[in-house]
Amino acid sequence: MRYSAFSLAREALRGHRDWPRAWRSPPPKKAYDAVVIGGGGHGLATAYYLAKEHGVSNVAVLEKGWIGGGNTGRNTTIVRSNYHLDANAHFYEFSLKLWEKLSQALNFNVMYSARGVLNLVHSPADIDAAMRRGNAMRLNGIDAKFMSREEIAAWIPNLDCSPHARFPVLGGLLQPRGGTVRHDAVAWGYARAADALGVDIVERCEVQGIRVEGGAIAGVETSQGFIATPKLGIAVAGHSSHVAAMAGITLPIESHVLQAMVSEPVKPILDTVVTSGAVHFYVSQSDKGELVMGGDLDFYNSYAQRGNLPVIEHVVAACLALFPSFGRLKLMRTWGGIMDMTMDGSPIIAKLPVKGLYMTGGWCYGGFKATPASGFLHAHTIAHDAPHPLNAPFTLERFAEGRMIDEKGAGPYAWAH
Amino acid sequence: MMLIPCPWCGPRNQVEFTYGGDATVERPADDAPMEAWFAYVYLRDNPRGPHDEWWLHSAGCRSWFAVRRDTRTHDILASAPVGEPLGERAP
Repeated sequence: MRYSAFSLAREALRGHRDWPRAWRSPPPKKAYDAVVIGGGGHGLATAYYLAKEHGVSNVAVLEKGWIGGGNTGRNTTIVRSNYHLDANAHFYEFSLKLWEKLSQALNFNVMYSARGVLNLVHSPADIDAAMRRGNAMRLNGIDAKFMSREEIAAWIPNLDCSPHARFPVLGGLLQPRGGTVRHDAVAWGYARAADALGVDIVERCEVQGIRVEGGAIAGVETSQGFIATPKLGIAVAGHSSHVAAMAGITLPIESHVLQAMVSEPVKPILDTVVTSGAVHFYVSQSDKGELVMGGDLDFYNSYAQRGNLPVIEHVVAACLALFPSFGRLKLMRTWGGIMDMTMDGSPIIAKLPVKGLYMTGGWCYGGFKATPASGFLHAHTIAHDAPHPLNAPFTLERFAEGRMIDEKGAGPYAWAH
Repeated sequence: MMLIPCPWCGPRNQVEFTYGGDATVERPADDAPMEAWFAYVYLRDNPRGPHDEWWLHSAGCRSWFAVRRDTRTHDILASAPVGEPLGERAP
């Protein structure tokens, strides 16, 4: 059923009892033309674009839990393309352009809200870096605007812009088209649209092994039996090392836990996304009214999907340094998600060194905003057995070839990006 | 909260420590082939389970030491000074 104002009104009159399931739940077939491991946003988007753009609809998405139950449901919903290096800027801008039209493309409201993403600066060096990045963005055709302290103080009255603040605000770099997207809706929207094109979404189906015959992918061993396929895409960021190891591949990735948290819900108080690199903090307000906050990694390898208290204390302290009035709120919930941290801080969307094996992963902190472009380019790479120009720089081989895409210039320390 | 067992100072709050990464990677010989250096700098086993890793007691005795920690649970299984094998000394 197509969602529209008409269908909503019709179903409302029927007491909302006749809405069909948004996607089927079929048992897996014995063989597919392509299989995608991971039923998060990236895996579902990969399957959708395989069917939509390349006519490959005999596809299965295998998910060990339920769709959208991993990092798709654990991020802080921010989308932006405020990157300095060309490869990142072009990639994330392509993603933001897909976000802008995604609700129409999927016939599913993903609630893209272009409320702006503001990076605060607190020192003259911060200003120089923001100006440099802003200029690089504008040269790449991306919107960027430097805002003065006075403009920010008038816009965001709760933000402490006084010269006596613990970390005085000197200005900020704004990307007006950045903002937020309803994260769960992304998984549901892609699942429904992919299913309508014939993709099988198989939940509670854990991949336990990858069968390679004669140097080429033969299929996957799963908790629901063997499934044959000549093309296998891995979209399991957080666990990419674990799955790639099933094919005998070691990746330049470490898994680390990143925490986020929300306050109790309150009436509208903050209508943009505020970040500060200096204090390691970002905050936005969800449509439900919760303040959604996060900060740095816990800085040790982890697959635990939960972190420890020192980072939560740091995030809250940073929050109160910037927004003293938020000190009256209770923290309602905290959680953690597992990040693929690559050795240059940029993703890997590429062919792997086994014929018919591909991956999209290595997202560091940036996976959610990349979802549409990641799926689009992963699907292109799978369908053509060759990368699209936009993901050609994001190879696995770039580390050995010295072609790192190191936005931060942090060097080969996975947790430093 | 993790209590990290420094071999010299005993169990201390994690905020006293700095993480140093995978302790199983070994620096190749100076004349080792490029592949060995590449693996040393970039490739990590990244296990889901027990992980041997370096920690620095930066707000304490300032010694580096090794810890074996389960990455699924954050449980600490062993610690040892640099040069001593993990597991032979109770944390």
